[in-house]
Amino acid sequence: MERKRVLMQGNEACVEGAIAAGMRFYAGYPITPSTEIAELCALRLPQVGGRFIQMEDELASMAAVLGASATGVKAMTATSGPGFSLKQENIGYGCMAEIPCVIVDVQRSGPSTGLPTSPSQGDYMQARWGTHGDHPVIALSPSSVLETYKLIVRAFNLSEKYRTPVIFLMDEIVGHMREGVELPDPNDLIINKRHISYHDGANKQCYYVPEGKYVPAMKPFGQGERYNITGLAHDVSGFPTNDPAVAEALYTRLMEKIDRNLDDIIRTEQVFMDDADTAVVCFGGTARAAMSAVLQAREAGMKVGMFRPITVWPFPEKQLRERLPGLKRILTVEHNYGQMVLEVRRVAEGKVPVDFLGRLDGTVISPDDILGALRRTEV
Amino acid sequence: MPSDLIHKFMRIDHLPHIWCAGCGNGIIMRDVAVALQELIDDPDCRVSREKTVIVSGIGCSSRAAGYMDFNSIHTTHGRAIAFATGIKFARPDLEVIVLTGDGDCSAIGGNHLIHAARRNIGLTVIAFNNDIYGMTGGQYSPTTPTGDVATTAPYGNIDRPFDIAQLAAGAGASFTARGSAYHARETIELIKQGILHRGFSLVDVYSACPTYYGRKNHKGGAVEMLTWQRDNMVPASRYYAMSEEKRRDKILVGILTHNDFPEYTQQYAQLLERAREGK
Repeated sequence: MERKRVLMQGNEACVEGAIAAGMRFYAGYPITPSTEIAELCALRLPQVGGRFIQMEDELASMAAVLGASATGVKAMTATSGPGFSLKQENIGYGCMAEIPCVIVDVQRSGPSTGLPTSPSQGDYMQARWGTHGDHPVIALSPSSVLETYKLIVRAFNLSEKYRTPVIFLMDEIVGHMREGVELPDPNDLIINKRHISYHDGANKQCYYVPEGKYVPAMKPFGQGERYNITGLAHDVSGFPTNDPAVAEALYTRLMEKIDRNLDDIIRTEQVFMDDADTAVVCFGGTARAAMSAVLQAREAGMKVGMFRPITVWPFPEKQLRERLPGLKRILTVEHNYGQMVLEVRRVAEGKVPVDFLGRLDGTVISPDDILGALRRTEV
Repeated sequence: MPSDLIHKFMRIDHLPHIWCAGCGNGIIMRDVAVALQELIDDPDCRVSREKTVIVSGIGCSSRAAGYMDFNSIHTTHGRAIAFATGIKFARPDLEVIVLTGDGDCSAIGGNHLIHAARRNIGLTVIAFNNDIYGMTGGQYSPTTPTGDVATTAPYGNIDRPFDIAQLAAGAGASFTARGSAYHARETIELIKQGILHRGFSLVDVYSACPTYYGRKNHKGGAVEMLTWQRDNMVPASRYYAMSEEKRRDKILVGILTHNDFPEYTQQYAQLLERAREGK
């Protein structure tokens, strides 16, 4: 079947992809530059029998999404920097209680109100460490409109599979960029459903996880299985515990469900990396300028490649480590004061020197900026 | 029979509860359980156990959800009504009951209370109102009377208190009522009416915290605090028979507001119809 080519904004692709993934519940609060996501959900969800609600604040939006997901519906919220900060406590609740959901953060300049309409990638670390306590995180970051559509489907799939909130880390560049795209046939998409094992009668062990599995498989609320959900450390029955052994077993499983499935979770884009002696490491919208700079550098005879984490958390440590032997230099480029570069340096420490190019003034890093940085300290 | 009630509706593996001796919360939790039992046992009533979800926030009161053998979710501080909104909006066929406290629903969660009331979404909120933050050891809450002492008001509380039922009514709640730990029979009836009411309902139930509030404020122990409720709170049947002058110093136990504003999820069902028809 021939697919129609459409002109679409990243924020629009996010909504259409989410609906294709089966998202039928959206709760949100207006905030630039993510507002189009709420507006389009308000228009589109009723057309597919879904539910849209504008809540009184960001905290309520996150709470409503978790409540809805506890009944089995795929649920999403979208926000930007200040709102992402406000959602953090309940994101932690989702990690602890293992309630799938997708949180879209269209990053803008911060801290505080910052530069509300300007691009930024300043929430990279917040996506990992924003909520209190140790917890697993999956965060994905798209760099084009088409990738936004496809990757949000993957965000829902990972969320349902690992029963955890997934952060969809967009930025103002991708969110507001319009591109001509040919969307995939929704029938060709792989859509994961939440794994539910049906028990007989009232099952008191809703958080029980069989050997070799990573996540519990309780029925959603309202389907005949009575159980308790809490943000307190809990045992397999879902009830609070202060027993150190039980608490440790819980925390270990929560970490391992991500840490032991990195190959399934992590995706990268690597361009011209096979013979590269210099790697530009970047993510999200920054990759647009980076790719252009890499192509120009190649034309100038420089052996430059691009390494782009698509799964930004967990950081693709193994994938970058595999590239280190051929590299003489890494240039990390981000629209922030240096956040992912901390991860890059951790991995490359003592093996490959890592330089950083960042920007905080609300303007976009250009291909020339990156090319200039590549030339200035060319090895 | 209380023991039947406990076996049928409580998670006996998780009892005894954590509340102090003399706390009013146990009485109110029992009121909720009895109300549910009577509705569930009534064959003509829509309420069923499998389609009832109990939602709570954080604090002494909010531990009640876990003791009750229903689908239960113990959420974050202040956010119970917001979680409950998500549950009810996603599954309007569920009975969603919120067990919360004065701090949980009128301080940190005050915004969610007023907006759920304004939307008139069909939740039933039972506020276990003990005038104090008990879980953290006795700090003043939005319902602590002016002049009373608390660990964070050692020189006396200068804040003016909220009336939670009036607050919800002012925000547009279509059913508001007040009960008390002492007036169990009346409170059970009010909770039943709140659950059966299609729109947003709130029952503000005066609890009693002898440990952190009564003791510090020379209001006596559990018996004295319940006696105060008996002497100062008056069920509607008697309240409205009293002269206006006599009523002035008394607190009504009964319904404050009751009307039939359209319920939110029913409004949304109509919106879905319009969207389907492309209007």
